[in-house]
Amino acid sequence: MDSVRSDRNGGSSRIPVALKILIAGGFGAGKTTMVGSVSEIRPLQTEEVLTGAEGADDVSGVEGKTTTTVTMDFGRITITEDLQLYLFGTPGQDRFWFLWDELSQGALGAVVLADTRRLADCFPSIDYFEQRGTPFVVAVNCFDTHHRFAPEAVARALDLDPGVPVVLFDARDQVAARNVLIELVEYVARRQLTSAGRR
Amino acid sequence: MPSEQPRVNHDWLDNDAGPVVRPYAMTQGRVAPSGGDFDLVAFVVATVPDMPLGPQLQPEHHAIVAAAWEPISVVELASQLDLSIGVVRVFLGDLRSAGLISLYEPPAATQPHDVDVLKAVVNGLRAL
Repeated sequence: MDSVRSDRNGGSSRIPVALKILIAGGFGAGKTTMVGSVSEIRPLQTEEVLTGAEGADDVSGVEGKTTTTVTMDFGRITITEDLQLYLFGTPGQDRFWFLWDELSQGALGAVVLADTRRLADCFPSIDYFEQRGTPFVVAVNCFDTHHRFAPEAVARALDLDPGVPVVLFDARDQVAARNVLIELVEYVARRQLTSAGRR
Repeated sequence: MPSEQPRVNHDWLDNDAGPVVRPYAMTQGRVAPSGGDFDLVAFVVATVPDMPLGPQLQPEHHAIVAAAWEPISVVELASQLDLSIGVVRVFLGDLRSAGLISLYEPPAATQPHDVDVLKAVVNGLRAL
């Protein structure tokens, strides 16, 4: 498809490219904080139609359809006029997997936020991205007062594949949050390079 | 005929009030766009600067066309107009059928990503 569009004003307005990055993790791990510290954050509503009754309420008379509303955090970073980065803070509960499927389609990658007090909260996110082959980095959100763990210890505890970056950061810090995104993009580039070498 | 743009910010409601109209009521209960779905990061461009108010078109249709004079993504439209993504998609289906918007799907094979694009992203992030 032609991506350049001739314009009424004599110029041409190009169609930008938007890349998606998912910000995942358990409840309270700092997803909203992180999206907010690197981008202009806005709520985004999605209304999904669930078809088929899975032991759900009686929905006869409404054609077996029911909807569920989910609010996500949505942030945009404008890299250039033609290149935008979208951040999606995705709800971590299992019942929102349908959302993830769409968001991770063609996504650049994901940041899994971990809270060392509740490390298990980020297991589902990690499993999900591993299964889908979506590249991800683990970012440990360190609030001031907590014990710091070495990244290697976190990687071991999470049983991560070798090479998956683990970074310690403060989700409130713009530079730190930005560096996590850079780490992710560089990791994606490295991964592509090695998989291209294997082919 | 109202000359004002439809208001999308309902300042008489705060966030806690929740939705006043159930989302798919706006689309007369239609939950799927005509003519196929839209990617979240597909870009939409209006083909007309504005359109006459017609009986088939709702304020939301007009708001979308107005917002899409410059290329805008589906997700951005939903966020700007404070509509849920599913609802925006139904409206976009109507506008596409009416020939009022063009749709640009994201490049199909985004994996692997273009190395130059990745470099541009890293440089852009460093410059933040």
